[in-house]
Amino acid sequence: MEDRYNAYLLRSDEPGGSMGPLAGRTVAVKDNISTAGLETTCGSRILKGYVPPYDAHVVTLLREAGAAINGKTNMDEFGMGSTTENSGFGPTLNPVDPTRVPGGSSGGSAAAVAAGLAELALGTDTGGSIRCPAAFCGIVGLKPTYGRVSRYGLVAYANSLETIGPMARTVGDVSALYRVISRHDPRDTTMQGRPYEHDPAPTVAGRRIGVPAEFFGEGVDSRVATRVEEAIETLSACGATIVPVSMPSMASALAAYYVTCTSEASSNLARYDGVRYGPGGETARPWHEAFTDVRGSHFGEEVRRRILLGTFALSAGYYGKYYGKAQTARANVAADFERLFGTIDLLAGPTMPTVAYRLGELADPLSMYLADILTVPANLAGVPAISVPCGEVDGLPVGLQLMGRMFDDEAVIDAAAAYEAEATA
Amino acid sequence: MVDESDVRRIAELADVGIPADELPTFTAQFNRILEYFDILDTLGDARAGERRLHTVLREDEPCPSLPREAVLGNAAENEDGFVKAPRVM
Repeated sequence: MEDRYNAYLLRSDEPGGSMGPLAGRTVAVKDNISTAGLETTCGSRILKGYVPPYDAHVVTLLREAGAAINGKTNMDEFGMGSTTENSGFGPTLNPVDPTRVPGGSSGGSAAAVAAGLAELALGTDTGGSIRCPAAFCGIVGLKPTYGRVSRYGLVAYANSLETIGPMARTVGDVSALYRVISRHDPRDTTMQGRPYEHDPAPTVAGRRIGVPAEFFGEGVDSRVATRVEEAIETLSACGATIVPVSMPSMASALAAYYVTCTSEASSNLARYDGVRYGPGGETARPWHEAFTDVRGSHFGEEVRRRILLGTFALSAGYYGKYYGKAQTARANVAADFERLFGTIDLLAGPTMPTVAYRLGELADPLSMYLADILTVPANLAGVPAISVPCGEVDGLPVGLQLMGRMFDDEAVIDAAAAYEAEATA
Repeated sequence: MVDESDVRRIAELADVGIPADELPTFTAQFNRILEYFDILDTLGDARAGERRLHTVLREDEPCPSLPREAVLGNAAENEDGFVKAPRVM
């Protein structure tokens, strides 16, 4: 089938196995996940031509499970963006409406699934990069609890925030893919040895679901809010108790997120000098000049901006003002979740404040950052969060976001399954 | 607030070239973002609760690594089994 949406950077026709839980099922893999023998660029021209000599742990697990990896998907360069327009290889279009973005940064994975080019997909989520495109393309996407999926072979952007996760059309398929990829791996020292072995039960009866007022605040489209409130009503009709709650730490969560991720990025992306992989440099010139030229001409604008922001935030004299304060704000977010999860089982709200943007609509970088306000809290705290489709506004999909306790991905998936069953009944 | 010379200096520290014609817009956008970050100034130093962090370092035990040719295969230039880099002196 033709890729009319630029969902893939590389297509492959590996047949997959005849045995295993994913036997013969097609899986699209985001291009920041290493695949031995398949070019892996992270959507960046600085990695054009890079072919990893090894598989990421999740890719090994996919192959063992019989999956047919059918290509590498387009993404915002190194995961930096919320629209997939920051790819070094052209934007991905939203299959629901090709004049719109698919969301990002895992926009290629979401588009591949939404367009029926792959049954399942792997994305990565640093500040919403699985949930945002899942919401915009009308599919399901899970950001697992931090420490439940190995990051071995994931090209690092912001290690303390990012996780690999499953995307699919249904909660059942997201669960099936999650089961396969959550196996322990000693090579990722942040893994907690908590494999997901759950069979989803579509039930929320008796669950207490908190609805933070801040998730319906300034910037949230009122029609999106209405769809999500209706979805929460549905959960209530399924037997859940709905409790209005508050998360005051949301006020500084987005700033905390952007200071943290850019700081980590400035360190992680120091390795791209064109020498060990990538375009090469002029070896006769002094290294400082050669690296500056290669990095300046092969990184896109947003990547350069984030490296500079992070370098600045970590520089002498500013560390306390930016990075130090961001860690305080981050601890406040984690404390808010912990307090709420003392009496509440799940939190619900919109995944994104709006429906999918028009291509080119978010030209200003700060406006693009603000779009992540509802997804970054889960990354800052490490808790699991899912986006499940909950209707449309002007024909464009809206996502319901459900968040749970650390390592309670099972409850998040059950609640999403309950909503899905009721909504599609 | 930072000015264009600050941005040029940060770019130099980070080994990232910013073309001269992009510098004014880049600096303006940079300042809008830094202004937004000022919300962090409203926080005190006291953290709500303690993040339970612990070290996950393991013993450094040698084990087999990737074959040399597999690694060199991605380098633009190599010589005598080594990656060739720009001169450092």
